[in-house]
Amino acid sequence: MNKYLLTSFLSLFLILSANAGTDGVNELSKNKPKNIKDCFETLNRGTFALNQGLDKVIFKPVAKAYRSLPSPIRTGTNNALVNLSSLVTIPNNILQGEIKTAGVNTGRFIINTTVGIFGLFDVATKMGFSEYEKEDYGQTLAVWGVGPGCYLVLPVLGPSTLRDTAGSFINVMGGDPYYNVSAHGNNEYLDKSDYMLTKTLTAVDFRAKNLETFDNLEKNSLDFYASVKSLYLQDRQRKIANTKPSATIEILYEGDWEEIETQ
Amino acid sequence: MIFKKKFVISIIFLNLISVSVSNSIEPDVFVQSTVNRASKLLSENITKEEKIEKLKLIAKDTVDIKGIGLYTLGSARKNLNDDEKSIYSERFEKYFLKSFASRLAEFTNPEIDVFAKKVLNKNYTIVNSTLVATSERPEIKIDWRVYTKNPDQPLIRDLIIEGLSLARTQKEEFASVLNSNDGDINALFKTLEEFSNK
Repeated sequence: MNKYLLTSFLSLFLILSANAGTDGVNELSKNKPKNIKDCFETLNRGTFALNQGLDKVIFKPVAKAYRSLPSPIRTGTNNALVNLSSLVTIPNNILQGEIKTAGVNTGRFIINTTVGIFGLFDVATKMGFSEYEKEDYGQTLAVWGVGPGCYLVLPVLGPSTLRDTAGSFINVMGGDPYYNVSAHGNNEYLDKSDYMLTKTLTAVDFRAKNLETFDNLEKNSLDFYASVKSLYLQDRQRKIANTKPSATIEILYEGDWEEIETQ
Repeated sequence: MIFKKKFVISIIFLNLISVSVSNSIEPDVFVQSTVNRASKLLSENITKEEKIEKLKLIAKDTVDIKGIGLYTLGSARKNLNDDEKSIYSERFEKYFLKSFASRLAEFTNPEIDVFAKKVLNKNYTIVNSTLVATSERPEIKIDWRVYTKNPDQPLIRDLIIEGLSLARTQKEEFASVLNSNDGDINALFKTLEEFSNK
């Protein structure tokens, strides 16, 4: 029943997001923050306020406590979480046609899980493996030409788009091997709560790394909601474009700058 | 005699060229020296308020505040009359300097290494740098969009932190303020003033 419901949601999201996939518009410009509509702005702003409240009461204090842990513990935790994320990155590398990168990331995962003791130590980077870039199903859908759809703010989870939300559903529909093993693996070592704990820890780790940045951004924003939305969408655009070396430069070219003459 | 005259003219011409070449500043050198100025100031043993005032002076010297203001306004800039342009320019500068200086004042002795540059066209060069990691945060990539139309006086127009453009974020924020007020520029003026006075 759950799977049927999820499949229905996924199909609906993809239908809503796929319109831009066939209009011939350049893939990068489709993902430009200004081209992504905020169809549910009133609802989004309400959810954003709720999330800010939750952050103030739960996430920020927990992140502060986490930050007080010794640096080696935080580094080890971060390494282990990044290592686990390879399980989603590798299938997405393959789906995006990045077979060589998939091979490198598989090697990285094997080395860090074994020699690096369940990923606590990033031995692969010390051995000279190239920089690791996370990939997810939202990015893969974008590479396949699915448009972002409307901007969404999800309760607790934060900023997203229709496409990226659909991508997240794929994780729990069999796309994330770690979820499959913990939720359906029928083993004595892992269960669903371990998966949830890992996801919560990932959120706390991210929040702890950005404590000052978020405070600073909030303090210096005219409209904090709009700032967070812009930063999220720019970040997604950059991540989607990372498979094309020329993309960064394309993003940096902006017609608007060329019109402004002050010298 | 004619040879001597030609020789003197050639020397003067060569001197003029060398003077003009020596005045032009390479964008990467410009960014590194700006960063060093700011870093030195931030490590000084003075109050936060004093740091903010001194950072504002550095920003006035090295940032194209007027250009950023026009960019940030987006297409709305085309609908402003001269009076509105002048009010906007004045309020944006106050807003920008306050926001810029108070963001930077949070850092103590940041170490930034400039390592590469890429010329986009005659008007723009992107300078690549990294903010060196500390025990509190990882290494951060910072790219600088430098306006080089006048090579003798390059100016910073944008900071792109880990691929996220601060100018673009600000532009979308301003657009949001305008959109929620039916495009009324006076609402933006009021918001800018409130920010500068708080």
